[in-house]
Amino acid sequence: MNNAVAAARRGMSDLTIRNVFIIPTITFLIIINIFPLFYSLILSFADFSAVSGDPPEWIGIRNYRELLRDPHVWESLYLTMKYVLISVSGQLVVGFSIALLLNRKIPAKGLVTTLLLLPMMMSMAIVGLFWKLLYSPTWGIINYLLGLGKFVWLSNADMALLAIAITDIWMWSPFVMLLSLAGLSAIPQHLYEAAAIDRASGWFTFSRITLPLVTPLLLIAVIFRTLEAFKTFDLAFIMTGGGPGTATELIAIKLYNMAFPQWQTGKSCALAYILLVMIIGISNIYIKYLNKAKER
Amino acid sequence: MAAVETAKSRVFNKIAVALVLLATIIYLIPLYWIGSTAFKPRTAATTVPPTVFFKPEVTGFVKLLTKRVQLRKAVSEEKYNTAKWYERLVYDAGQRIITSSPFLSRFWNSILIAVTSTFLAVTLGTITAYGFSRFKVAGENDWLFFILSTRMLPPVVVAIPIFLMFRIIGLVDSHIGLILLYTAFNLSFCVWLMKGFMDEIPIEYEEAALVDGYTRFETFWKIVLPQSATGIAATSVFSFIIAWNEYALALMMTNRNAQTAPPFIPSQLGSGMIDWTTIAAGTFIFLLPVAVFTFFLRKHLLRGVTFGAIRK
Repeated sequence: MNNAVAAARRGMSDLTIRNVFIIPTITFLIIINIFPLFYSLILSFADFSAVSGDPPEWIGIRNYRELLRDPHVWESLYLTMKYVLISVSGQLVVGFSIALLLNRKIPAKGLVTTLLLLPMMMSMAIVGLFWKLLYSPTWGIINYLLGLGKFVWLSNADMALLAIAITDIWMWSPFVMLLSLAGLSAIPQHLYEAAAIDRASGWFTFSRITLPLVTPLLLIAVIFRTLEAFKTFDLAFIMTGGGPGTATELIAIKLYNMAFPQWQTGKSCALAYILLVMIIGISNIYIKYLNKAKER
Repeated sequence: MAAVETAKSRVFNKIAVALVLLATIIYLIPLYWIGSTAFKPRTAATTVPPTVFFKPEVTGFVKLLTKRVQLRKAVSEEKYNTAKWYERLVYDAGQRIITSSPFLSRFWNSILIAVTSTFLAVTLGTITAYGFSRFKVAGENDWLFFILSTRMLPPVVVAIPIFLMFRIIGLVDSHIGLILLYTAFNLSFCVWLMKGFMDEIPIEYEEAALVDGYTRFETFWKIVLPQSATGIAATSVFSFIIAWNEYALALMMTNRNAQTAPPFIPSQLGSGMIDWTTIAAGTFIFLLPVAVFTFFLRKHLLRGVTFGAIRK
């Protein structure tokens, strides 16, 4: 501590420098993120449209009541849950399987891993755009390679959600793979040696050594992907725009439609808050697990 | 027994290699397809069965960068012969260039906004990370939690009130508006990632410098910053990619003047003079820097996607 005292006499005190280093960031984030949220909280209690020019009319919790009674909102939430379930479980299966395959001596392993990680680094919007090309019913490569003839993916109410989820799985399985690989490579080799000496079966080794030791990182991957899939906007908006009809109107798209094309500003703020509470719930869990992994 | 085991595991390994190869090929087909479509002649882009072998051409790129009209009658031979190579490509397609397309300005917007917001976010993020890494902060975990939680907000949720506020102060469809938003979006990421890097720098160097009579600020500037150069580089590339890729906020906050490439490229799909080779060309140009950066970042990807929590 003497050093710090000596330094304090020469320049700014540690306390000053700490504050100078930290306070601008906190202030900036509060101004850009938190302050607007207070604004929208207030608006969520009003009947207000940002394009009408009329001042907000205060209506208490009517927006919330209407939204929670609106079957379309529930339908959209149900759709979102379905999407999250399909896409995250798909990513978990594909990503973890590839990680298990890669977790041995494979030629050009580094190159293969990097190539597989490419999709994850790309823009969701642009990926959605070129998957539209791949999904084209008449000349798309997917129908050709799978021999599906003129099968309709994106304009088909039964397939559109799945088609978007498949794109999401393509894009984000590598994320699960990356975290699984980190978990797998951290498992001490001597555990496997001990299991081999005990003539443990492959399944026993997998379920008693591999799986439990990878689980913490897998959990992080799954929670993060759940959070992101729940928020999905770009991919679905580009690929189907929420259609056909409302077949892929995920909750973020519903919110966008309500807020911008329809300009129901007050009501959309209320829906945004309902969403926010759910997101904060999931992200709480996520950051908690992230901190746990850090402490190891 | 042991010999049987190794033979078995050798077969397993061969199967694994084959499966990995298969997975990699399946993974790369979409990327190959978009890349090859960018260089296809228009007629070869949408054939059944898909064209695999073709003479590559850059007409798609020329179309991307220009605005054209249909030719009423064929151009005279003399004019054709004196025309520049890209004009000839367009003549061949039965069109005439009238001016350059808005794509270039959108692309420039993307670069400007991504670079500026990255610079701001990394600068602020680095000093804040140093503050959290080296000093006692009351409720440190709560503050860090707060910082990361701002990153988790869905763009659409934040965009509604921000749009109204930007409209009042005139920042809708402005570069500054988008730069502020992207800086905020990346700042939390930069703080977490840089804190991970800073925590790894041994504190002893700084203590030695302080004993030698450096001030705290000099220590930070001359000792800590050079040592965290790799971390700063990796963080910068990450936050550049995030800003570069962002779509939802750009869609809602801009329409012409400050529009970036991600909302622009898809919006071209409906307009008459655009075909898939052009869209693919735009996508190709847009994705190329990301692909290159990913290779530079490959050692830091894990750290990046977990906000610096998981290192190795």
